[in-house]
Amino acid sequence: MSEVFVLAQFVGDKVAKTTGELATCGARIGDVTAIVLAAPGKGAALASQVTSGRIAKVVVIESADFDKFGVSASAAVLAHIVGEHKPAALLITSSAFGKELAGCIAVLTDSGLITDAVDVSSELVATQIVFGGSSTVHSRVSHGSAIITLRPNSVTPDLEKSSPEILNVSVAVGESAKHAEVISSQPPVAEGRPELTEAQIIVSGGRGTNGDFGPVETFADLLGAAVGASRAATDAGWYPHSHQVGQTGKTVSPQLYVACGISGAIQHRAGMQTSKTIVVINKDPEAPIFELADFGVVGDLFSVLPQASEGVKAHKS
Amino acid sequence: MNIAVCVKQVPDSWAEKKMNGGVLDRQGVDAVLNDLDEYAVEEALRIVEAHGGNGEGGANTITVISMGPERTADAVRKALSMGADAAIIVTDAALAGSDALATSKVLAKVIEGGKFDLVICGTESTDARMSVVPAMIAQRLAWAQLTFAGSVVVDAGAVTITRVTEAGVDTMKAQFPAVISVVEKINEPRYPSFKGIMAAKKKPVEIKDLASLGIDASQVGTAGAWSTVVDATPRPPKAAGIKIVDDGNGGKALVDFLVVKKFL
Repeated sequence: MSEVFVLAQFVGDKVAKTTGELATCGARIGDVTAIVLAAPGKGAALASQVTSGRIAKVVVIESADFDKFGVSASAAVLAHIVGEHKPAALLITSSAFGKELAGCIAVLTDSGLITDAVDVSSELVATQIVFGGSSTVHSRVSHGSAIITLRPNSVTPDLEKSSPEILNVSVAVGESAKHAEVISSQPPVAEGRPELTEAQIIVSGGRGTNGDFGPVETFADLLGAAVGASRAATDAGWYPHSHQVGQTGKTVSPQLYVACGISGAIQHRAGMQTSKTIVVINKDPEAPIFELADFGVVGDLFSVLPQASEGVKAHKS
Repeated sequence: MNIAVCVKQVPDSWAEKKMNGGVLDRQGVDAVLNDLDEYAVEEALRIVEAHGGNGEGGANTITVISMGPERTADAVRKALSMGADAAIIVTDAALAGSDALATSKVLAKVIEGGKFDLVICGTESTDARMSVVPAMIAQRLAWAQLTFAGSVVVDAGAVTITRVTEAGVDTMKAQFPAVISVVEKINEPRYPSFKGIMAAKKKPVEIKDLASLGIDASQVGTAGAWSTVVDATPRPPKAAGIKIVDDGNGGKALVDFLVVKKFL
């Protein structure tokens, strides 16, 4: 059986749900080896959490260079082990980091690249939804190891637990991967809500909030949802940039997306268009976001959302 | 300081995009300079303006580099009218259908042929949306990779950026040469002035083909792509949803909808 590498992903010290999603796709294709890139001394604690899905092996590589030299250092190490083992595929979670990493590894290993897949079949055919959700494309890599990035939340993770063998491997980062140095790092602030790209439900606010995200957050918390924001709202400083949904923010695909006071500029739509169900609240009946809505309310979010929050509370009690 | 800005001509963001034989149909739609590349042009202009300017009497140059069909010249002309000095366009029939690997190979080859200190790109094109070409160019050149920059400071042969992504904010620093990509919130691109538009008509635009770059046609285009499209189909248009006007019970109706859809 062929071998498939998946890059384990972590949020802080916790394994991300996307790791299980990658393993689930990987297990359709072959024996899954999960790769853990860790700071020195952190590998064992991270590797022990990589158990979701059918995983045969976990390979741990520790280096201080991963944090210090960004994408280039991780790419150099992964390209080295891909070159050595020639797996059928390397699956990575789609993110700014993940896609750049995939691109660099494709260059270094002379392999084909597919980004933002929403599914990968046992035959290594990747499904992508392109052009703002208007077309479905199936494609496959025809040279080298298939380097594929998978969008979070696209695949239902296999909940079967594995107890994979854990191997520690040492790979040095070459000087050519050390041109750009990370001087300081500020992780996004955690606030007890689900991670945006992993959330089943997202409630987002835009210009229409006028800077008051209170009703959006209240409604989100009642639904156990993550909070998103449009570029207008993050540019105005009303909400952190790490919550921005859209072209230069995050691409999300939750089961339910509730857009509050967001007009629906094409840059925002590009980041949420593939959400399964879309609910819109906007004062302007002509707002382009209504074109995407499964359920739209033309009205003021400051009256509609509090009433909806009361309704949810009543329904739960 | 010599800066290269990589730009792409793309179908207008608002135009309907269609696939034709597994490749984006670029013929039937209006083509424009990729919105996100305007930020790269603007940032290059701001960097040189802070260091003695470009053009006549300036110590710096800005060269626009693009790959695409002949009409790419229109998009490049916009960057020149904003204030860049010259352009290099790689156009060759064999390039049609090129993937990101081939695109980065061609752009890296052009960059190698010049004496550039910095390469500045937008973070992605609004058509393919892969966000990988800047990183791949850096990888091919073995230059410093400073991508997703929300701010750029150039000082004495070194560049410091703040990298803004979903993973947080990193401050990164490198010596020249470096490849930078800039996010759209970094600046507000200027509109070309009338004077700029007139001046752009006289600025040099060099056209290169693959042979002049020493790249074999089999390495690029559909022939050289290392991923192949199995099939591409338009998705059915989204069925029109329910739209109500809030009459004082909009919130309740919304909750009813969530109950019917089993979210509650």
